[in-house]
Amino acid sequence: MATKPLVSIVSAGLSKFGRREGLMCRELFAEATKEAFERCPNLDPIQDVEALFVGQMGESYEHQGHTGPTLADWSGLLPKPAIRIESACASSGSALRTGIYAILSGLHKVVMVGGVEKMTHRTTAEVTEYLAMASDFPFEQWNGITFPGLYALMATAHMHKYGTTEENLAQVAVKNHHNGTLNPKAHMQKEITLEKALTSKMVASPLKLYDCSLITDGASCLILTAPEIAKQYTDTPVHIIGSGQASDTIGLYEREELTSLKAAKVAAKQAYKMSGVTPKDVDVAEVHDCFTIAEILAYEDLGFCETGKGGNLIQNGETELGGKIPVNPSGGLKSKGHPVGATGTAQAYEIYLQLTGQADKRQVTGAEIGLSHNVGGSGATSSVHVYRSD
Amino acid sequence: MSESHPFTVSSFYLFIKEKRLMAAKCSKCGTIVLPPKPMCTKCFCTDIEWIELNGTGKLLSYTVIHVAPEQFQSMVPYCVGIVEFNDGLRLPGIIKDIQPEQLKVGMELKTDFECEPSSTWPCWTRYYFKPV
Repeated sequence: MATKPLVSIVSAGLSKFGRREGLMCRELFAEATKEAFERCPNLDPIQDVEALFVGQMGESYEHQGHTGPTLADWSGLLPKPAIRIESACASSGSALRTGIYAILSGLHKVVMVGGVEKMTHRTTAEVTEYLAMASDFPFEQWNGITFPGLYALMATAHMHKYGTTEENLAQVAVKNHHNGTLNPKAHMQKEITLEKALTSKMVASPLKLYDCSLITDGASCLILTAPEIAKQYTDTPVHIIGSGQASDTIGLYEREELTSLKAAKVAAKQAYKMSGVTPKDVDVAEVHDCFTIAEILAYEDLGFCETGKGGNLIQNGETELGGKIPVNPSGGLKSKGHPVGATGTAQAYEIYLQLTGQADKRQVTGAEIGLSHNVGGSGATSSVHVYRSD
Repeated sequence: MSESHPFTVSSFYLFIKEKRLMAAKCSKCGTIVLPPKPMCTKCFCTDIEWIELNGTGKLLSYTVIHVAPEQFQSMVPYCVGIVEFNDGLRLPGIIKDIQPEQLKVGMELKTDFECEPSSTWPCWTRYYFKPV
């Protein structure tokens, strides 16, 4: 596959995900940038990094806006331009896409993209309220429809239309929790049983506690360069060869279908076309499993199976490590955790590790083509990126 | 309320206060949208008119919310769903006067209206759904 790369990833960093008591976004982000700088000794952060694009969803968590320069300061990147990008849970997928714009425009040769969120110091009711801000206020939030509630509406519709079962949803949770035990940076490193998932507390029927991703603190970043200079910084860059992003209605109720995210399908189509990759070529994928049903929708929207057959794909174990198309080897949002602004570039971080053979116990053997799928809100934003090893 | 009111979400809720469910129709291409928008997003025409819906429709999907933001915590568990009206338009809302086990995709629901607006911003009156 000789598609010309859009940009190259020459380094990446990820903070430990979890309940990071006493740490603010700025300190979490500095933890991620420190790893990225250490991985790439040929890069001089001050001389080489020209700009920072960082995803963060909400000011409410820390009562702190104007995050761009704050994070640049704590990461030693002043006075470089630093811009915060907000697309709800797809904020850093959008930051990644913005970094690609910056390099392809010719304005910059080396940029940092990343994301961060600090959530665990807030109560569940507060986090529920803040996350709901990514949905439609006048009709959804106003009527008490929570975020789990929106995905529950998709789950009810998918189960009704295609016969997907609550067991299928729980199987996604069991798989991702298993993968999380292989990732030392995951928030929860604990196996769960199907029975435990199925009998956990109801959140928004049919979604139970173990169908929901975690409230997590964390940060992630990537260093992107123009492809022609990547080898100045590393012998093993990972190339981004396809990028797609699309928008849809803010309200779930306005969409033609409740059983598919059109923005994700459109973004995937763009990214596949640009890269010349087909779903069958993908060796490893990180998808946006904010709720278990979201991973099943992703299988279908990304073309890993036929529409309506997502339940079968998980049932048959095809998305497990060692399966036909391993999905979320990192543990996904479900077990690695979902610090919402950090998620998009955390997915890219995992793909970077996988395509450079650094994913240790969860390594997908011989992975050369990777894909990440980031979703904002109930699907009003989605970005899909396709990656290739050098 | 005058039907020449602007095509805004606020106007939609002023009509709800009058127990009327109103959508916006483009006079040029005929596209009907809910919520109303001040410009037709199909043909970009701003010649829009209000039309009234009868408020009955079918339940497309539902969930029972058990974990809610503070404002709704006194109601849990409560039922919400998306209703498709006879003309294909849809709205989400709370479903009242029903037990969770009675909820069924495809069941018929009708729209009703609360009597009082909220005491705090945005001071709107809520519509809700209930069995026919």
